[in-house]
Amino acid sequence: MRIAFRDALFAFRKAPLLSALSVSTIAFSLFAFALFGLVALNIKQALDSVEERVEIRAFVADGTPVEDIVNAALEIGRYGEVQSATLVTQDQALARARKELGEFSDVFEPGVLPASIDIKLKPGSRDPRSVGKVAARVRTIAFVDDVRYGEEWISQLHRLRNIAGVTGLALGLAFAVVAVIIIGATIRMTVLARSKEISIMRLVGATDGFIRRPFLIEGFAKGVLGGLLALLLTFVASATLEHYLHFRALFFDDRLVAFGIAGGALIGLFGSGYAVGRHLRRV
Amino acid sequence: MIQFFNVSKEFPRTGLALSEATFRLHKGEFAFLTGPSGAGKSTILRLAYFEERPTTGEVRVSGMSSSELRASEVSKLRRRLGIVFQDFRLLEDRTSEANVAFALEVIGTPRAQIAPRVNRALTQVGLAAKAKAFPRELSGGEQQRVAIARALVNDPLALIADEPTGNLDERATRSVFQLLRDINSAGTAVLMATHDLDLVRRTDYRTIELDHGKIVFDSTETRPAVGERP
Repeated sequence: MRIAFRDALFAFRKAPLLSALSVSTIAFSLFAFALFGLVALNIKQALDSVEERVEIRAFVADGTPVEDIVNAALEIGRYGEVQSATLVTQDQALARARKELGEFSDVFEPGVLPASIDIKLKPGSRDPRSVGKVAARVRTIAFVDDVRYGEEWISQLHRLRNIAGVTGLALGLAFAVVAVIIIGATIRMTVLARSKEISIMRLVGATDGFIRRPFLIEGFAKGVLGGLLALLLTFVASATLEHYLHFRALFFDDRLVAFGIAGGALIGLFGSGYAVGRHLRRV
Repeated sequence: MIQFFNVSKEFPRTGLALSEATFRLHKGEFAFLTGPSGAGKSTILRLAYFEERPTTGEVRVSGMSSSELRASEVSKLRRRLGIVFQDFRLLEDRTSEANVAFALEVIGTPRAQIAPRVNRALTQVGLAAKAKAFPRELSGGEQQRVAIARALVNDPLALIADEPTGNLDERATRSVFQLLRDINSAGTAVLMATHDLDLVRRTDYRTIELDHGKIVFDSTETRPAVGERP
């Protein structure tokens, strides 16, 4: 293993330009992927925040005792899909309407607006089907007069999310495949640059495992360096855009950062393993 | 030591390179492989160190058979052989001693043993004084000596040499050939492919002549092997 580490380091020092080229190719491939990821992440966050506003409002018949409404709200709160169910009394409904309508606040008179149970749904249960299911269930409660939840709006939001999801997945896969191909070609260049060394190793009796080892270490190291460089580039790009376009973008959390660097390392490791394995099978 | 039993080798693009070759190189023997270009000399050598496998027939080297040895086990065979080429195949970015040490490192030789063995091999080929020199700082003959030292450092049972003097001038040729003879005298079998008929005529070593992939002459019946000579 000591020799494998030494040879891997030697390869870096022996061909610094080629090593720098490999690292920067990995970095730029991952950078393109990360930029796309960042856009996808921010779109997802925007859609999530819009989706948080998905709400079912169950209007209660006049004269229903408050205890009955409270009990119903507690019961609804226990539904698997429901995040919270809140009682809004007639007075609270009036205050809210006056606040939301501002200058038209005086059109409402006390007692005009009905009390309601406002139901917020858990993430993952905000699709039209789940919302419709909860609404139908709430509608069966005897004193519930009407249930509203903006069926059309939720359907459109859901469609938009699906389109964004499928497009994101397809583009993400395409970016990943292109990155792997470019990185693979670069790693293959480093293997070909050392083909003479490999052939001599084989002639003097080195096992294929021994020959592979320094390449795997080198590929792993280049992958980690490329991943870190890509992260730095993405951070700089994100900060620059925030600065000039005056908006606050979401950046990768620690888990995604670790995932990105590990991804770079794995691409470097497996790319090298594949390239050297293919070379060994050919010579 | 090295045995060929009715060995034929056919390549998909170039066709038959070797046809029904049968011979045996004994322990400690020296044999020349001669013949024009394309006669099959290098094919025999490549088959001997299992770089190629026979299309038909069997090659046995030091008890290992071409029909049984798996690709992953070829390294075991190579550790018992020393291989030398016309173009030396040295690593240009490593010194003479590093090139020789390389052969020991890649087979996992303990660190403490490497330096003395490298020194011994370089001394054997007369290049101990140039241990720190890079290949570009050496003459062709000296580079070939380093390659021979690398081949010898594992104490091989046989040395396989493919036109080892092909790139050398007359003086270097004589010197490298003498080195190979000395190595053979010390007990290592040598199978050497060469174009140089003067070199062949100068000695009474066994000569296997090839033409169009066939062994057309083998002096083994008329000349005893080195180990069997009085």
